[in-house]
Amino acid sequence: MSRESILAAIKKNQPEQQALPDLDAFRRTGPGDPAAFRKVIETLGGQVFEISSYAEIQALIAEHQPDARKIISLQEQYLPGAITEWEAGDGGRQFENVDLAIIPGQFGVAENGAIWITDVEIKERVLPFITQHLAIVVASQDIVPTMHDAYAERIAHPGGGFGVFIAGPSKTADIEQSLVLGAHGAKSLTVFLYTPKP
Amino acid sequence: MEHQHKEHSLLAEEFNANEPRVNWHDETLWWVRQKRDKMAWSIPEWEDLREAASRIKHNVLGNLHDYLLAFEKNAQANGAVVHWAADAAEHNKIVLQLLQEQGVKRMVKSKSMLTEECHLNPYLAEHGIEVIDTDLGERIVQLAKEPPSHIVLPCIHKKKEEIGELFHEHLGTPAGNADPKFLTAAARQHLRAEFIQSRVAITGVNFAVAETGEMVVCTNEGNADMGAHLADVHIACMGIEKIIPQRKHLGVFLRLLARSATGQPITTYSSHFRAPKKGQQLHIVLVDNGRSRQLGREDFRNSLKCIRCGACMNTCPVYRRSGGHSYHNAIAGPIGAILAPNLDMKEYADLPFASTLCGSCSNVCPVKIDIHQQLYQWRQVITKEGYAKKTKAAGMHAMNMVLSKPGLYKTAGGVGRWVMRTFPAVVNNGLNPWYKQREMPEAPKESFADWYKKNRKQ
Ligand code: SF4
Repeated sequence: MSRESILAAIKKNQPEQQALPDLDAFRRTGPGDPAAFRKVIETLGGQVFEISSYAEIQALIAEHQPDARKIISLQEQYLPGAITEWEAGDGGRQFENVDLAIIPGQFGVAENGAIWITDVEIKERVLPFITQHLAIVVASQDIVPTMHDAYAERIAHPGGGFGVFIAGPSKTADIEQSLVLGAHGAKSLTVFLYTPKP
Repeated sequence: MEHQHKEHSLLAEEFNANEPRVNWHDETLWWVRQKRDKMAWSIPEWEDLREAASRIKHNVLGNLHDYLLAFEKNAQANGAVVHWAADAAEHNKIVLQLLQEQGVKRMVKSKSMLTEECHLNPYLAEHGIEVIDTDLGERIVQLAKEPPSHIVLPCIHKKKEEIGELFHEHLGTPAGNADPKFLTAAARQHLRAEFIQSRVAITGVNFAVAETGEMVVCTNEGNADMGAHLADVHIACMGIEKIIPQRKHLGVFLRLLARSATGQPITTYSSHFRAPKKGQQLHIVLVDNGRSRQLGREDFRNSLKCIRCGACMNTCPVYRRSGGHSYHNAIAGPIGAILAPNLDMKEYADLPFASTLCGSCSNVCPVKIDIHQQLYQWRQVITKEGYAKKTKAAGMHAMNMVLSKPGLYKTAGGVGRWVMRTFPAVVNNGLNPWYKQREMPEAPKESFADWYKKNRKQ
């Protein structure tokens, strides 16, 4: 079996051990800046709406996604009347014709606009990719400054079998470096940045 | 054994036959390099991050044995099946067997340079299985029956009109339509049908975490996720050097990767696959294919730190003006030229000579690989082993051709700008043949210094 021979060759050839660097110096103190977070998402081709109550979502969607018919909302409170319980299907294939999925994000990262999503909330892993358009609700108090803070504070321990940072809509520049939004995943990303009224 | 391929210098010469195309290729890649600079300069701690990344990778090289065992144990505890492959042939056999167990004849694959290195697609085709590459650039070169010419931008050598023609022929788009938006939409439709029908998906791996047994895959298009989450069986293929110690180290690498690659703050999707979804099988194939040997070569082991960002290619004056295919290897450019001779020193003896040793690659490398030093070292080894005779002269021939034909650069604007782009890091580092006559097998017709003097006055 190759396992033993590979491991033996590695053991023989690997150099002397060196210590790992300390990453604490890269950490920022304090919360992340929601304005910076917003700005990066916009540069990435996403749109951000600041809301102080979930009730605002409905009107914003009616205005900005007027063609969305089949809408899935993972939480009833985001969009009353949206499909919250979806029919059983074939491993996620049933979502192919979903126009818009509204899902919760655990937290966002100010330096790069990435939002952390796990299968604990979304259940069907393919949903945020296969839906034609994606909306993520994230609280402005849940913005961390950098990726170091994200891993140190928010996802130090694995939860769920799958997690993903999503930063903007799906895109490609493979044809002559022309940026086109909507490669295989969601064609657009809307972020509802939620700050409850004090 | 005879060389199966023409040497780099001849392939570069062919690429240079079309002058406007070469200029376009050169300028496009330089533009990507500039985007990378802008991103790097916006992070004050950029140099510290590179240093940290390099040291983490160094720690990995020194503990690879134990980290691989930890990764295996944790991945198995998560429900994955771990396979070990000594070489490309064993890797391909493992994948074929998994596919045959499932009885599939057609399946999707997201970008994996490892499967390119192993020539998986042609092997599976011989066994009656069609692989559909789903990264748009990879699908384009696949339809054109070509290999990728760049590890991050697989069809960077293709003009949109050629892509329009390919799509017209294979996907039935209207003839003459070369609009990138339209073509991307057509590919989306075509590939969605493939994702939906596919019961098995192969993906590459960017990082594998020993501590958690999870794998991180980065894409902008979302193709790895579309494939993997819809499939009943997910096969992830990775080189053994992809291991990193802990989850927190992802913070360092995810900050560096996309910024170095394309000048984005992060890829659209950074997917962390830990456990298979309910009812799904997850197979991880760990591939050596010469890596444990490279680990033992003191001068070259740092090449295993590579995170495949492509920055060294985008900045390389030779790569930009000779094209990825001139390297006749799955991985082109400066990093390809130090990885390939480890696989077959004779076959790839020409590659370490396809460089000016200007050092720009080492300057941009996010994990601080001493790429140009290793190119220089390979030249010594290859010469000592007796493989260099022909290639050394040919290498300089290519250098002269791609770099010192003043006519090629008339359109490129001011000479100062040209010099910047062509010699991004000219330094008298003692290795540079443009400075050291003894490195030159024959004196160039016009020295760079003379040429520069003459042109500056114009
Ligand atoms: S050698 Fe460095 S610059 Fe080149 S692809 Fe690898 S990580 Fe990127």
